Amino acid sequence: MAIDYSQKIPNNVNLADDRTLQRALEQWQPNFINWWDDVGPENSTNNEVYLRTATSVDPQGWAHFDYVKMRDYRWGIFLNPADAERKIDFGDHKGEKAWQDVPGEHRANLRRIIVTQGDTEPASVEQQRHLGLTAPSLYDLRNLFQVNVEEGRHLWAMVYLLQKFFGRDGREEAAALLERTSGDANNPRILGAFNEKTPDWLAFFMFTYFTDRDGKFQLAALAESAFDPLARTTRFMLTEEAHHMFVGESGVSRVLQRTAQVMNELKTDDPALVRAAGAIDLGTIQRYLNFHYSVTIDLFGADQSSNAATFYSSGLKGRYEEGKRVDDHVLKGQTYKVLEVQNGQLAEKEVPMLNALNEVLRDDFIKDSVAGVGRWNKVLEKAGIATRLVVPHKAFNRKIGALAGIRMSPEGRVVSEEGWKQKEKEWLPSPGDFAFVASLMRAVLEPGKFAAWIAPPAMGINKNPVEFEYVRFG
Amino acid sequence: MDTEVRAEVIKQHLIDPEICIRCNTCEATCPVGAITHDDRNYVVRADVCNLCMACIAPCPTGSIDNWRTVPRSLAYPIEDQLTWDELPSELTPEQLAAEGVSADEVAAVAAEPVLAVMPEAAAGEAPFNSAAFGSTVPPWSAAHAYTNLFGPKSPTSATVVGNVNCTEAGFHSQTHHIVLDFGPIPFPVLEGQSIGIVPPGVDGHGRPHVARQYSVASPRNGERPGYNNVSLTVKRVTEDHQGRPTRGVASNYVCDLKVGDTVQVIGPFGQSFLMPNHPKSHIVMICTGTGSAPMRAMTEWRRRLRKTGKFESGKLMLFFGARSREELPYFGPLQSLPKDFIDINLAFSRTPGQPKRYVQDLIHERAADLARLLADPNAHFYVCGLKAMEEGVLLALRDAAGEKGLDWEGVVAPGLKREGRLHLETY
Repeated sequence: MAIDYSQKIPNNVNLADDRTLQRALEQWQPNFINWWDDVGPENSTNNEVYLRTATSVDPQGWAHFDYVKMRDYRWGIFLNPADAERKIDFGDHKGEKAWQDVPGEHRANLRRIIVTQGDTEPASVEQQRHLGLTAPSLYDLRNLFQVNVEEGRHLWAMVYLLQKFFGRDGREEAAALLERTSGDANNPRILGAFNEKTPDWLAFFMFTYFTDRDGKFQLAALAESAFDPLARTTRFMLTEEAHHMFVGESGVSRVLQRTAQVMNELKTDDPALVRAAGAIDLGTIQRYLNFHYSVTIDLFGADQSSNAATFYSSGLKGRYEEGKRVDDHVLKGQTYKVLEVQNGQLAEKEVPMLNALNEVLRDDFIKDSVAGVGRWNKVLEKAGIATRLVVPHKAFNRKIGALAGIRMSPEGRVVSEEGWKQKEKEWLPSPGDFAFVASLMRAVLEPGKFAAWIAPPAMGINKNPVEFEYVRFG
Repeated sequence: MDTEVRAEVIKQHLIDPEICIRCNTCEATCPVGAITHDDRNYVVRADVCNLCMACIAPCPTGSIDNWRTVPRSLAYPIEDQLTWDELPSELTPEQLAAEGVSADEVAAVAAEPVLAVMPEAAAGEAPFNSAAFGSTVPPWSAAHAYTNLFGPKSPTSATVVGNVNCTEAGFHSQTHHIVLDFGPIPFPVLEGQSIGIVPPGVDGHGRPHVARQYSVASPRNGERPGYNNVSLTVKRVTEDHQGRPTRGVASNYVCDLKVGDTVQVIGPFGQSFLMPNHPKSHIVMICTGTGSAPMRAMTEWRRRLRKTGKFESGKLMLFFGARSREELPYFGPLQSLPKDFIDINLAFSRTPGQPKRYVQDLIHERAADLARLLADPNAHFYVCGLKAMEEGVLLALRDAAGEKGLDWEGVVAPGLKREGRLHLETY
C-alpha cells in the first residue's frame, strides 16, 4: 500500500515493473507540466503552498502537510488496496469476479466513461486559473490551490487507466486531455458546465459545492464498477473530492455569515444597502445558486438513456451506494418516474428503471445538495434572518434531456418566453450581479485577514490557526 | 505496557455538526464501524470507538476532531447526537462533581493526548513535542498484524495457565508474568501488539468495566513455542502517578488470577509498533518497568531464530530502566543472554548510595553508537514505558544525532517517522 516516492512518478501500482507503461507515462509527464504552466493557476509558480499530500492510501498516511511549490507537487498514481476476492455487485455479471482487465466487448464504452470523467479534471483547473489573483485570504488561496493540485492528480488517475489498459487509443486520448481547453471555441472540454466561466469566488464556492458534488456522485457510481482498477482508483479519488465539497460548503456558509452580520448591523434587508456595505446580498447568492444548481444537474445526462442502461447491465457503472440498496441489483422489469412536458405542462411518466439511471443518480444528487442548503439556512436562522435559500425546481433552466428548453420558474411554474425574459434577471445572475461581485474581488494576502464580504472560517487547516501563513510568496 | 482506560471519566469522540459536510469519509474509513449517520448528522458510538484515530487525518473539515470529557455513565448516546445542531459545551467542574467526578480525574483525562498526529510544519516554532516523532507505519519488513478480531461486544475467553513473579524482589514488587492460553480459538499476535482484558463486574455507576490494554511479552509462536498462548507483564497498581494510594481494578484482577481461571479478552491491537524481520536489521529498545513486555517479546523471537543465522549481523541494543535491580522485570533471565547477542544497558534510579540514573543518561553515554544507528536505515527504535520518559528519551536521541553532525529536525526525525523506524508506546 505504501507509495513509492523514490520514483519519478510516485505510485503504488509497481510502475517500475511495467516498462512500457512507465515510458508512456514519462513521456506524458512533461506535457502535463507544460499544460500546468500554460493554463494552470496563474502567477503561482514561486508560491510555497501548505498542501496535503498522501504518503500512502491507508488512514495513517493519508494526510501529510507541508509547504510545496505546486509544479513540484508529487502527482502520482494511487489506487485503494486490492481485494482479490472482490465480486461484481450489480447487473448481468452480478456475483462474478471483478475484472482486472478490460473485456473486449466493453472496451469502447469504458474508454468513453474514463475520458469523459478525465476531461472534467483539467477543465476545472483551467476554469479556476484566474482566481488566485483575487483570493479573499491566504487560507482561501491555499484551499483553491489544494483543489487545483488534486484535480491535477485526478487527471493522472484517469490517464493511468487509459495508458495501462487501452493501448494506442488510450495514449492518444491521454494526449487529447491536455489539448482540449475549457471555453475554447475550436476545441472545448466535453461537458457544458466545464466550459462555463468561474468568474469570481462566489462562483468558485458554488462550483465546488454543486459541480464537484456531481463529481462525487459520478465517482461513487464508478467506484462500484466491475472493472476493478477503475473502482479502486475512483474510491481513492472520493476521499480527495470530499475536500472540494468542504471548500464549497464552508465558503458559501461564510459568505452568508458575513452577509447576515452586515444585515443585522445595518438592520436592513435592502440589497442596495447590503451591497454598499461591501457584502453580497442574499438575492445575488440565490441567483448564483440557481445557476450553478441547474447547470450541474444537466451533467447527469438525458433522463432516459439506453447508454445508462447498457453501462449498468454490463457492470461498467453502478448506482450511488449500490451496496446499501436493498433490491435485486439487476433492475430488469422495474420502473422509475421521470418528468416530461406534455401540452406545455410537466407530467410524470413511468419508464423502465434501467433507462432512467441517469435520473436516479440526479435525484440522489439533489437530495444530497438540498441537505447542505439546509445547513446554509441554519446560518441565517442562527443570525435571526428570515430569508431562506432554496434549490430551484428540477426543470428550471435545463439544457439537456426532456426538460431542455421549457421555460420554467424556480418554483416549477411553466412560463411563456416573454414571462421568462421579464423575470430572468431575478432568477439568474445578471451582468450587473457579476459586475458587482467582480468589484469585490481583491486579493487579501496578509495572514489572518479576510475580505469584507466573507467571514473567517471556524478553524484552520490541520489544526493550525486561521492566521497561519498558508501560502508563502517566493 | 498497561494503558489504563478509566472507567469513570472518558474523553468522548464527537463530530461537530456545524462544521461537518456529511461527506462520509470518516464512516468509510472507520475500521470498527463506530461512525454512522442519518439524513441530518454523522455521529460516533462512544462504546464502539477505540480511539484509533484512523478517521482524523482524512476528514476534510476538521469537524471530526472534537472531544468532551464526560463520566462514562453520561456519554452522549447517538440518539442525542443525531438531533444536534451544535456540539454541547464542556461540562463544568460543578456538573462533573455532581456526578461524583473529581477535578483530579478530569485533569488526568484531559492531559491524555488524543492525537497522535501533530502539525509538522510549525515544528520550528512549536515546543518540543516528543509524541509527534513516532511512526504510524510499521517497518517495511514487519509481518502482517491481525487487529480487532475480537471487539468489546464480542470478547473471546482464555485460560490462565501461569502466573508468576518476574522480579528478584519477589511478590513484594508486585510485577507478574501471566500466561494465557486460547485453546482452539485463533488469536494471532505479533511482538509489539497488545491485547485487552475485560475485568468482570461493573464500575461505580453500574456500567461494565472497560478493557485495559497490555502489550504481549511473548513472541509470535507462543510463550511456549508451538502453543496458542501469550504472556503479559502486569504490575499491580496500588498508587497513582502522584503516589496516592489507589487500587487499579484491572491490574489487581489480573495479578490475583489463579491457574485455571478464565478471562475475557479483546484485540489484538496495534499495527505499527512491530519488529523488522529482514536480515541485518537492528533493533534498539528503550523501556522502563512493564514497558519491557514488547522488548522481551522481540528479544525472545530473535533468540529463537538465532540458530538460523538469518540475523547474524543484526544488533540488539537494550536500554532498560527501573527503580532498582530487584524491581527490574526479567532481570535474571536477562543476565543469562550472551553478550554477543544483545547489548544491555541498565539504569537504576533508586539504588541506595548511588546517584540516580535514568535511561536517557545511558543514551548520552552511548551517543556515538546510537548516532550510527540513527543514520542506518536498517536500525529500528522502540520506546515503551511511562509517559514521563518519552520526552527525555527523544531529546537524548536528538542530542546523540546532533553530536555527530546529523540534522535531526530536517533529516533524521522525518526519516525515522516516514520509514517506520521509531515507535513510541507510553502511558
